[in-house]
Amino acid sequence: MLTLLFDGIAYGMLLFVLAVGLAVTLGLMNFVNLAHGAFAMAGGYVTVLLMDRAGVPFLATLPLAFLLPALVGAVAERLLYRPMYKRPHLDHVLFSIGLVFMTVAAVDWLVGSQQQIVKLPLWLQGRFEIASVGIGKYRLFIIVVCLLLTLMLQWVLGRTRFGSRLRAAVDDPRVAAGLGINVNQVFSVTFAVGSGLAGLGGALGAEVLGLDPSFPLKFMIYFLIVVSVGGTTTITGPLLAALLLGIADVMGKYYVPQLGAFVVYLLMVVILFWRPQGLFGRGATR
Amino acid sequence: MSAAQSIAADRRWRPWELVLLAALVISWFAAGNEHSLLGNEIAIFALFALSLDLILGYAGIISLGHAAFFGVGAYTAALFAKHVMPDPLVGLVVGTAAAALLGALSSVLVMRGSDLARLMITLGVAAILYELANKLEFTGGADGLQGVSMGLLLGRFEFDLYGRTAFAYSLVLLVICLLIARRIVASPFGWSLRAIRDNRLRAAAIGLNVDLRLGAVYTLAAAMAGTAGALLAQTTGFASLDVLDFHRSADVMLMLIIGGTGWLWGGVLGAIGFKLMHSVLSAWTPQYWTFWLGLFLVVLVMVGRDRFFKSWTWWK
Amino acid sequence: MTTVLETRNLVKRFGGFAATNDVSLKVEKGARQALIGPNGAGKTTLINLLTGVLEPTAGTVMLEGEDITKLPSHQRVRRGIVRTFQINQLFSELTPLQSLALTVSNQLGISARFWQALGRDERVAARCEALLAQFHLDDVQDQKVALLAYGKRRQLEIATALACAPRVLLLDEPVAGVPEGERQEIFDIVNALPAEVTVLLIEHDMDLVFNFARTVSVLVNGSLFAEGDVKSIANDPRVKSVYLGEGTPHG
Repeated sequence: MLTLLFDGIAYGMLLFVLAVGLAVTLGLMNFVNLAHGAFAMAGGYVTVLLMDRAGVPFLATLPLAFLLPALVGAVAERLLYRPMYKRPHLDHVLFSIGLVFMTVAAVDWLVGSQQQIVKLPLWLQGRFEIASVGIGKYRLFIIVVCLLLTLMLQWVLGRTRFGSRLRAAVDDPRVAAGLGINVNQVFSVTFAVGSGLAGLGGALGAEVLGLDPSFPLKFMIYFLIVVSVGGTTTITGPLLAALLLGIADVMGKYYVPQLGAFVVYLLMVVILFWRPQGLFGRGATR
Repeated sequence: MSAAQSIAADRRWRPWELVLLAALVISWFAAGNEHSLLGNEIAIFALFALSLDLILGYAGIISLGHAAFFGVGAYTAALFAKHVMPDPLVGLVVGTAAAALLGALSSVLVMRGSDLARLMITLGVAAILYELANKLEFTGGADGLQGVSMGLLLGRFEFDLYGRTAFAYSLVLLVICLLIARRIVASPFGWSLRAIRDNRLRAAAIGLNVDLRLGAVYTLAAAMAGTAGALLAQTTGFASLDVLDFHRSADVMLMLIIGGTGWLWGGVLGAIGFKLMHSVLSAWTPQYWTFWLGLFLVVLVMVGRDRFFKSWTWWK
Repeated sequence: MTTVLETRNLVKRFGGFAATNDVSLKVEKGARQALIGPNGAGKTTLINLLTGVLEPTAGTVMLEGEDITKLPSHQRVRRGIVRTFQINQLFSELTPLQSLALTVSNQLGISARFWQALGRDERVAARCEALLAQFHLDDVQDQKVALLAYGKRRQLEIATALACAPRVLLLDEPVAGVPEGERQEIFDIVNALPAEVTVLLIEHDMDLVFNFARTVSVLVNGSLFAEGDVKSIANDPRVKSVYLGEGTPHG
């Protein structure tokens, strides 16, 4: 049971890192970006391809798994997303679905549709046994890395000037702009970082979640669940939602395997029915 | 024009509507043995898209899970034919009713919350059904339900291999649903939906029960989608997980965007347009045609649908 | 004189801020009552509470002696409480004719009909024609509202409210943004309403207030500051000091 809990926490932390960019995007620019998973997929493929084709060690690929999607995100934001902010939500949905279709097909064409296998370095394979609870080394690694990232995010948000600008812009973009905050710039950086984090999450998660061109479609709903249940006004909201989701999914699949992900979806529907603004969100203002 | 005349003019059949209607009818005769199966498919998708138009174009509800109702209609009709009786019309009614029931239940969820919550709930409901169909035994799991053989339509017509009967069946239902939808959108109820879509606050301020009306149209749209799904299962002989897949929900939305929302015929035109695109693109690149589909969608949205179809405005 | 609309100790808090602070307001049947106060006094919030757009933190709203605090807004409209919005709230893709036809249909109780076409019932067209003429909207009856000039939109806003056959009409700055020459016309229409219709209006233009209202309630910082007939309020030194120069007509 505790092993399951541990696995669930690892899964949840991974989902958090994957989805946090989406949460901020939505909270900041009210943009429903269904293509967020594409950045995660990109990061995953960066790692896999570097390891396979160029023999780069796993850890060394991780910074690149962050940087490349971040760069792509920065460019995409400037060129593709920014003209779309003022459009109605339906346009956002259609636009990002189109992007997903494009990236899924493009990756399929470029790399092929087979599942990518990540060969973890030896020191990350296997598990510890602590008081008869099995702790997978890799999952522990994931938890540690994600925890560090989360702490860094909290620090940036709480202690840096950029962080306070971001929080102001999320709270009320018009007032923030009126105070002289360059909201566009804040958003570009945030979008890039969010995409980078997604990429890193994709790389870390490739071994656990699997990686193939349909990744953005398969996991899109999970990211959206984290964001809608967790709310878009805090970091802790999505974190707790992701943990809840991760644990529920792992437990659900273990105890009721014939229903699979059903448990998670049902949980989401129930939560959103009871509290449409999410468990931790502010009241529905938009 | 006086007010009375203006209102009356609103509801009269326009010439182009009659032309389109006639074209639909003629299409059956024109299809012959070669194209009836294709025609059947397009008619079914057109009906599916029409049902989405009711909630998206007229009520302003963005749903990414409309396939849920399509799928429920398909599976129910297939199961009904397999285990209860193979009469197509009875199965159609049962499939439609099942989808309507699901629509009514989920409409309660859909009415609450912001755009995002609503989007998630529509996605969630479809995903739940997908999982159920995947895991439960009686739905055939990942293989779906095969070998659904239908009885004689109206006791007389056999479902032939060329799809002549199937096409006629689907076409008649498409036309019936078009006529029903047309009446409804021209009614005070239909206009109240448009009002709700335009300004929910104002709609409540003139005394309209917004939630109830949205619930009603959502149920209607679900029923119609269920009809389309049932038609698919009955005319193709099987129901697979594909009918509940996210792709279905996305494709039908794309069809409607191509054809245009809010004028009822967008579903028909969109289904034809989508099928055409699919044929052309797959002939060219069978495996990666979705790339070009995605590109089309992105460009369409960025340029704006109205401008897109008026290519002379592109270089403004 | 019967009280038709009443609030008892009505409170509305947003976080720590009390937009409406223990307001006990009485409106008599057939009143021509103005609600005035400095900007931010909570006048629109009060209207929102009366119409059910906002839920109160505490207190009750009574209509003709019945507690309607929990009643949803569309049902309050059915009971005859109708409002206009300070910022036009219209159906942008519909035409004035269609908007009014729908409103009238709803008022007649036939808006749930889904089989009969809109306007089939002759009463609808007749009533629409009358309203369109009254508000000078007949020349633009078939134009999309989104394309109409501001003045026409304002006319439609008020016409829509009247199409609901109100028993209690709450007007939130009805002539805001309307050119000077056309203001009186709107007030004439309101003045011409039957005596049984109760009118409560928020207004900044003091000339119009003193011309139209018989009673005045003054709202300051969410609380009822003063109440009385229009003459005594006009001469009340406390009210004057609260306004401090806001007594001049607004443009």
